[in-house]
Amino acid sequence: MRPSAVRLLNILVPVKRAVDFAVKIRVNPEQTGIDLNVKHSMNPFDEIAVEEAVRLRERLKDAVKSIKVVTIGPPKAVETLRTALAMGADSAIHVEIPEGTPSPEPLAVAKTLRELVMRQKEGVDLIIMGKQAIDDDAGQTGQMLAGLMDWAQATFASKVDVDPSTKAANVTREIDGGLEQLKCQLPMVITTDLRLNEPRYASLPNIMKAKKKPIEKFTPADLGVDLTPRLRTLKVTEPPKRVGGGKVANVDELLVKLKEAGITPKRA
Amino acid sequence: PHALVFLEHNKGQLDSGSLSALTAASQLGGRVSGLIVGAPEELPTVLEQAKKVTGLDTVLHSASPQYTTLLPEIVTPLFVKLLSTQSPFTHVVSAHSSSAKSILPRVAAKLDLPAVSDITSVQHDSSSNSTTFTRPIYAGNAISTVRASDSIPIKFFTVRSTAFSAAAVGDAEAKTESIDAVHVSNPSTEHVSTSLTKSDRPDLGVASRVVSGGRALKNAETFKATLFPLADALGAAVGASRAAVDAGYADNSLQVGQTGKIVAPELYMAIGISGAIQHLAGMKDSKLIVAVNKDPDAPIFQVADVGLVADLYEAVPEMVEKLK
Repeated sequence: MRPSAVRLLNILVPVKRAVDFAVKIRVNPEQTGIDLNVKHSMNPFDEIAVEEAVRLRERLKDAVKSIKVVTIGPPKAVETLRTALAMGADSAIHVEIPEGTPSPEPLAVAKTLRELVMRQKEGVDLIIMGKQAIDDDAGQTGQMLAGLMDWAQATFASKVDVDPSTKAANVTREIDGGLEQLKCQLPMVITTDLRLNEPRYASLPNIMKAKKKPIEKFTPADLGVDLTPRLRTLKVTEPPKRVGGGKVANVDELLVKLKEAGITPKRA
Repeated sequence: PHALVFLEHNKGQLDSGSLSALTAASQLGGRVSGLIVGAPEELPTVLEQAKKVTGLDTVLHSASPQYTTLLPEIVTPLFVKLLSTQSPFTHVVSAHSSSAKSILPRVAAKLDLPAVSDITSVQHDSSSNSTTFTRPIYAGNAISTVRASDSIPIKFFTVRSTAFSAAAVGDAEAKTESIDAVHVSNPSTEHVSTSLTKSDRPDLGVASRVVSGGRALKNAETFKATLFPLADALGAAVGASRAAVDAGYADNSLQVGQTGKIVAPELYMAIGISGAIQHLAGMKDSKLIVAVNKDPDAPIFQVADVGLVADLYEAVPEMVEKLK
């Protein structure tokens, strides 16, 4: 073995194709889910994760050896992988599930990712992923994966500094009421919060280049993982409608409404 | 059923979110035990308080210098020990707080169990040993009803605190039981520092009144100068939209929305907030919503009970003056 001064980092970024954040959600008449025949995009938190991986390479240069993105999803999820590749990832893995299959639960996703990590010949040093997907809003997968791997974890990251020579990361996290700083040993899982960065738009040349980057395909069976949901969704319904739209003409009328609702000024 | 509720605490006080989680756990209809983890010097005070909480059967407590700041890597082995072989617990319950959100899924995965996040209702059927939950998905634009059947021996869930009232700290006298800490040698994560935003105003998560500002507040100075007097006149907590936080007008701990705080106060005043769906997700269960915005078409007016189309720089000072 040739000793190297700097350990080269291999980064894995799991991404999810989700209903676009700007789409107005409509529950389907059967109450089995929502109308999915709408615009989809990469889960915004995962975009932040891809961006962070690319920025780490921009800062650490050759110390970042590879950035691989992975998704579990229907055939169309390949578009999400192409987006990540256009942002700067090197290669991708698509664990393909048939169109219309229910979205796998966080634990099944974590197990699939664990299986993929174990198959990476050079190993994985850092997994960066969104803190939650904006469809199921579960926010569990990163923590579950870190648990399964017995790795360090830093959730809700708003700042990440990686030192490849010591294989350590300093992470600032957003917690209730403020911020927390952690020092973690790699390998580790980082989940991204909103303020970590602002993802770039892929340039046209990079979009073209991304078309040539390799995408490896697997089925869940290839990986020996079972994606059958363990929780049963009984129904999906509309939230209770809030009847708003009340207007007042001026501040005096507004204050009358407050008073009617029993809201009085605080006595100092 | 026998629920284990993770009771979080801060400066010797039980978190109100944990007390709401306890209310949810009580609705399972069985025994409820609490778990308190912390540094040896801080536990006695919290324990005294926890013993008095209505609905708690037993308070388990575990102290270690390693538990001074709860790191998931360090506290997970304790949970796993409590929940492994011959565990009496059928449910593990916590608030949907940043700390519990980081710990519970890690523990669940270790035990090969799924978890249910951010539930707003819970119902347990003892005959089939299944628990049914409702939880918001798509930023609260749909409500999912999910069932964990008896194939899931321990059901993990986190609780949206605005959906359950906090359990009272009364004159109960729960049993206490000390649990040996599980020492983790060479932990992979080390806590460096915590900086909490200091404020004399009520805490956003539990305040009964919230005054929130959006992008129209222009900058951090005008945000303060405009909103703080109104918040103080009403005794309200201050909140902010994501736009205002991203632009640096307000601290990120003040963000209300899908990815920030979920609030449901008696009064929510949205000042200069247009009302993106991600923001509405965080406040639309408020009892009375008041909106001030100069754009009559702002989506916030669709959910506001009281809407005023006006320049906030005129309306807010006038309100403050007249509230005095």
